[in-house]
Amino acid sequence: MSGTGSIPAGHGGADGGGHPHARGSVWRTYVFSTDHKMIGIQYGLTSLVFMLLGFFLMLAMRWQLAYPGQPLPLIGKFFSPQNPFLPGGAMSPDLYNSFGAMHGTIMIFLGVVPLAFGAFGNYVVPLQIGAPDMAFPRINMASYHAYLWGGVLMLASFLVPGGAAKSGWTSYAPLASVADTRALAPSTVFHPVFNGQTMWLIAMVLLITSSLLGAVNFITTIIQLRAKGMSWMRLPFFVWAQLVTAFLLLLAFPPLEAAGIMQLMDRLAGTSFFVLSGLYVGGKLLEASGGGSPILWQHLFWFLGHPEVYVLILPGMGIVCEVIAVNSRKPIWGYRPLVLAAIAIGFLSFMVWAHHMYLTGMGSKVSTFFQTTTVLISVPSVIILTALLISLWGGAIRFTTPMLFAAAFIPMFGLGGLTGLPLAFNAIDLALHDTYYVIGHFHYVVAPGTIFALFAGIYHWYPKITGRRMSEFLGRVHFWPSLVCMNGIFLPMFLQGMAGVHRRWYDGGGTIANPTYELVRGAIHWNEFMSISAFLLAAAQVPFIVNLFVSLWRGERVGDNPWEATTLEWAAPTPPPHGNFAMPVEAHRGPYEYSVPGHERDFLPQWEAVKGSGT
Amino acid sequence: MEIPYTVHERPDTGLWNAKVGVWLFLASEVMLFGGLFSAYIFLRIGADYWPHHALNVPLGLTNTIVLITSSITMVLAWVSVKMRDFGQFRFWMSATLGCGCLFVVIKSIEYRDKFSHYGVVFRDEAAFRKYEPELSALGANIKTNTEGHGARLDRTPHFEIAGHLASGVTADAIELAPDRHEGGAKGGAHGGALRVALADVARWGVFAPRYSTYYAIYFTLTGLHALHVLGGMVVLFYFLVTGAKMFAADPEHLANRVEVGGLFWHFVDLVWIFLFPVLYLL
Ligand code: HEM
Ligand SMILES: [Cu+2]
Repeated sequence: MSGTGSIPAGHGGADGGGHPHARGSVWRTYVFSTDHKMIGIQYGLTSLVFMLLGFFLMLAMRWQLAYPGQPLPLIGKFFSPQNPFLPGGAMSPDLYNSFGAMHGTIMIFLGVVPLAFGAFGNYVVPLQIGAPDMAFPRINMASYHAYLWGGVLMLASFLVPGGAAKSGWTSYAPLASVADTRALAPSTVFHPVFNGQTMWLIAMVLLITSSLLGAVNFITTIIQLRAKGMSWMRLPFFVWAQLVTAFLLLLAFPPLEAAGIMQLMDRLAGTSFFVLSGLYVGGKLLEASGGGSPILWQHLFWFLGHPEVYVLILPGMGIVCEVIAVNSRKPIWGYRPLVLAAIAIGFLSFMVWAHHMYLTGMGSKVSTFFQTTTVLISVPSVIILTALLISLWGGAIRFTTPMLFAAAFIPMFGLGGLTGLPLAFNAIDLALHDTYYVIGHFHYVVAPGTIFALFAGIYHWYPKITGRRMSEFLGRVHFWPSLVCMNGIFLPMFLQGMAGVHRRWYDGGGTIANPTYELVRGAIHWNEFMSISAFLLAAAQVPFIVNLFVSLWRGERVGDNPWEATTLEWAAPTPPPHGNFAMPVEAHRGPYEYSVPGHERDFLPQWEAVKGSGT
Repeated sequence: MEIPYTVHERPDTGLWNAKVGVWLFLASEVMLFGGLFSAYIFLRIGADYWPHHALNVPLGLTNTIVLITSSITMVLAWVSVKMRDFGQFRFWMSATLGCGCLFVVIKSIEYRDKFSHYGVVFRDEAAFRKYEPELSALGANIKTNTEGHGARLDRTPHFEIAGHLASGVTADAIELAPDRHEGGAKGGAHGGALRVALADVARWGVFAPRYSTYYAIYFTLTGLHALHVLGGMVVLFYFLVTGAKMFAADPEHLANRVEVGGLFWHFVDLVWIFLFPVLYLL
């Protein structure tokens, strides 16, 4: 793309795939756009690419877990035995650690959150509240660019000497304070700034800036730009979910930014924020003043980290709620409790962070406090899940592809949530902490949970974005194998975890199990089964990728409201032009008026004034 | 397409967009500095030794007054736009920027002081005792956690002196003109010098961030704060330079901008009002 090509002003609208708001240069329309819809699409495509990449990293790791030390298939033969990262095509421990850290980082900070919040939030929220755009369009653009460059920097860290960060997505100190330095790996020549862990920190600062800008923008937009009649209790639940998410990002991320700055100081200025006195690294006393605390890092990290998991799940819940309402042709059961539960989750999620730290020996009083709050926070989660489940009851359900994904979300998220409860208890967590049980727990909530919700959202809003529906057939070919494979990967993790398989063993547990660790021995044979499920899951994504692109040309053309839905985004022209609505919109009723008795159609859109007002 | 409520308030919320935005932004800033302040508390509780009165209180106090003054001139600048007096606005805004500059200059002087001032921590009590007679003869100010303020049994004993390099550092010793009690650090009146063998020293160096967790948190907090001051000055300077055009077009718009910039400026001031007692006095 060059900056010179320009599209005549006023062009567009006619061809469904084009962008009717194309004014000025290609550069301004596609790269430096200030239109919330284009920014949403940018976020969406970028995050999908990152997610695919994070998934590939994990596939390589799963190969190593199932077949430790064997050359990777397909690409393994390109590497010589001298290669530092892939000697003879097999993964080195350092590379495994890098992939693990980057898988987590990419999936969470560059994949799921940008897709759930940046993409869906940007595209859908202004439309659903009847706004012409975000409150601060240029800040919105800056937010995307901070994200993009943060992501690029994160990826670039694979190319520097020593490779990408290796200390987990949590970057625990003091390991992360000395990782990628001469102290830990004397034979590698590290750049003071361009080394894995330092670049991870700088990229995180960019990502935090991005979500901060986004959060300010979302909250302001929802408070200020609601259309006439769109009172708080008429907001679709999706908007509520995004609002709470924005508050979590706004208030939870800055302490991690503070922690990131401190870790940068440790690495660049030689301070000892997280370096304790008398730390020996590589057999030598570390040259540092000491006096710092690794536990401090954990507190600051999890103060973000826990709210972050609700940042991962709340938008997903919002999407599922929309999709279920549309496809069950019934009002959502318990709208008000849903909203209150989301707000309660928002508050409580700032008070549970140390349940990730039971093993640090905080003392039983502190543990008891966090145990109590953690059990409390599962109450609103259960309320939300129950309300969604009851909403299905007695509905005239349309089993469209988005509905399949949304329906599967409920039991999958349920499983993830239920397996979280034992972890809430200090005594049980001491045994399960850092095992595959924990990995199973959170993957059930994020993978067949949130990611299924995100798929549901893509299939659901695709017709609004492109004017065409995605193929139902390919959708089913995508859904069913994905559902089976997801469980094939994550269900055995509970068994492994309870047997004591640690989450960071690089050979899948074989070496430890055989001479010494009898309990684990009975569980490691699952590794192969899980890995094969993961490879099949990869294959199951092919129909989705095909569907996403081919439907742009081949999908069934649809009108403005193909699902016969009630919320305002379906009142806008398809695709919505710059400024969104062809005429002034007004909300006349709540968001989910389906199958209201006494009307010929089974839905009463929020924007229709007369026809529906039979109240 | 026009975004509503950029200048005039939305009737039911009574707010215009940027005002909501800036308050939200400030909330996140509170969490940012809150994170650092909690780190300060955490580190200090766990520390074996925490220095007291290591900073120059008169300079810190001057800076506090400078910033508070700048907050007042900031309000006056906003009031001037509200009263549609552009000349006054320019005057008060320049005064605010002047205060900002003064603050940064004073802060730099303090920083430079730290970077040319040396500290020596003795390896252990036995090492310190060797130099004790000489040190008391020089009237040196010895910082320790074994007596008086900060003495606690569960802490590793800490012995430290500070001063200026006398003749320099050799391969095995450091020659220091130690600060004396009674404000020796500030007076600059150094007596004789003292040679300390490096074998007796746990660590030594200028008071840079790496010297101790106290200086680490001091430089991180004040450095981040100074960046906020500089950022605020850039924004205010921009309003000063481009204000005339906007004042002619829509004075209320300029008033809004100045109000938003002012809120940020007051916040930065407020942070300093916490920083000053926490770092200089406690
Ligand atoms: C419903 C109630 C939930 C409870 C009671 C709960 C409880 C816990 C506990 C106690 C841990 C710490 C385990 C350990 O490290 O030993 C944990 C880990 C985790 N949870 Fe949950 N959780 C719940 C829901 C969720 C949700 C909704 C998500 C995300 C969408 C989530 C994501 C995570 C993640 C990512 C970790 C592990 C982080 C890591 O160590 O890398 N959890 N959970
Ligand atoms: Cu948690």
